[in-house]
Amino acid sequence: MISSLNNISSRSKGDFLLSWSVRLLALMAGGLLLLVVSFLIHESWPALRDIGLARFFHDPDWSPIDESYRLTAMIWGTLLATAGAILLSAPLGILSAIFCHFYAPPLLSRGYRRMVELLAGIPSVVFGFWGLVVLVPIIGRWHPPGTSLLAGILILTLMIIPTIMLVAHASIAHVPIAYIHSASALGFSRGSLIWHVVIPTTKVGLFTGILLGLARALGETMAVLMVCGNVVQTPSHLFDPIRTLTANIALEMSYALADHRAALFVSGLLLMGLVVLIVSLAEGLRHRNFHVPAK
Amino acid sequence: MSRQNRYLQESGTTAIIWIAATLVAVPFFCLMGDLLWNGLNHLSFSFVFSAPQNAGREGGIGPILISTLFILGVCMGVALPMGLGTALFLAEYTRHDHVPGRLIRGSLDVLAGVPSIVFGLFGNALFCQTFGLGFSILSGGLTLACMVLPILIRTVEESFRAISNEQRLSAAALGLSKPTTIRTILFPAAMPGLLVGVILGLGRAIAETAALIFTSGYVDRMPESLMDSGRSLAVHIYDLAMNVAGGNPHAYATALILVSLLFIINFSSSRMAARWMSFNQLPA
Repeated sequence: MISSLNNISSRSKGDFLLSWSVRLLALMAGGLLLLVVSFLIHESWPALRDIGLARFFHDPDWSPIDESYRLTAMIWGTLLATAGAILLSAPLGILSAIFCHFYAPPLLSRGYRRMVELLAGIPSVVFGFWGLVVLVPIIGRWHPPGTSLLAGILILTLMIIPTIMLVAHASIAHVPIAYIHSASALGFSRGSLIWHVVIPTTKVGLFTGILLGLARALGETMAVLMVCGNVVQTPSHLFDPIRTLTANIALEMSYALADHRAALFVSGLLLMGLVVLIVSLAEGLRHRNFHVPAK
Repeated sequence: MSRQNRYLQESGTTAIIWIAATLVAVPFFCLMGDLLWNGLNHLSFSFVFSAPQNAGREGGIGPILISTLFILGVCMGVALPMGLGTALFLAEYTRHDHVPGRLIRGSLDVLAGVPSIVFGLFGNALFCQTFGLGFSILSGGLTLACMVLPILIRTVEESFRAISNEQRLSAAALGLSKPTTIRTILFPAAMPGLLVGVILGLGRAIAETAALIFTSGYVDRMPESLMDSGRSLAVHIYDLAMNVAGGNPHAYATALILVSLLFIINFSSSRMAARWMSFNQLPA
């Protein structure tokens, strides 16, 4: 940074104006997070005060008309769908990143990466739409009605594979070439190179990718809203319809009033807290990841 | 380990990895093929420009395209000056490791991870209710502006940081004031990065649905002002698929248009980013 501020020999008015206007804009942009959080708290305050946190877990049911605000079914829905999607997409994403680096011929590897980037760019509403018209009928033929936890898991998996794969791909690219050369010099096979050199060196990066995927899956709304059936119930098996926290907000926000509306803001606050926690963990890890030992 | 065992392990690993790669590729091609096959059937010149009829089962998406454009315009009209100013502050007016910069950068990182539905809640509470804008293109655009701000700022800041310090020193040695340096030297050099940021932001904004459902609303008429409710492409797909029986054919065509727009956006941003890199690597 080079500054000509507070310079006695040239007091430029433009300089003064520009420096204070960018400061103001930066303050506004930096304060945006605070504004979002304070608005969420402000809007959910009536519910926190009148209903209390305990009732969100101990009321008999979620039926805002009867002033009953149990969120546990939705929380289970969110957690199960997310967990299932991570269980499927973590190995697929990581293995396909390894495929790109060590198994695919150069041309295929480039094409494959481009394909995953395109997959990452498809909007969630299109995933949801495709899930609804293609995937759900297939599951429905096997086990009606089709809109189910399983459909949600499969669509979420498809959506977060690119996140995990691209982060894994970048961190594998950061493995020092000397490690790979040494392993080859020691006569490692390609398989042992991957299991004993690449994965141990990149495990922080791989974990970061999984965390970012997790955050995306938890916050995803449209896709799960369209394929999960949105029945408020704790699912007992994979083919039960579920409703997630995000879908609950999207479905009821348009007509919710007073305490009901505040209860939806509470679930938004809950989601935001979870996601912020995960993202900050991932950011912390990401900075650690780049302290690769000196060449 | 015996040689045969090792051979088995090696080929097992290879098989697993090829299977995983195929499992990722197959759904992608199914999705794209399905979109192309069913979308192209209903895509026509009149579909793009005419108004939807019978809740979108017939007619086209003309007003929806216009609403989408307006929403994107409001979003960028607000996000661009704010993003540019903040990026200038972060890159040129504060040191990388000082507290204000770190605080702002940290809060933007968190903001980038906030789920879009939460932005929707926030936008509904602040713009629709507190500011009294109701369900309108303006509310939707402002909500999206908050969403794309982090990605815009990060890209623009990086493009300012990529300019070599010699240029700033030379400008200072020539006695140029800071605003002049920024306007005539740094800004043109950072322009490609700025464009990449805008394109990435547009990509994120155009794909968004959840934040718009209860900020810009559902109305599919031609918007007459920014205070009218307007339906974006993504919301149109959602509505046709979920609320309109028999809306699928047109949902396919709309999805195809949306996905092609996004592919163009992603392709041009990556091409531009590549050119920008080579531009900055030229000797000063």
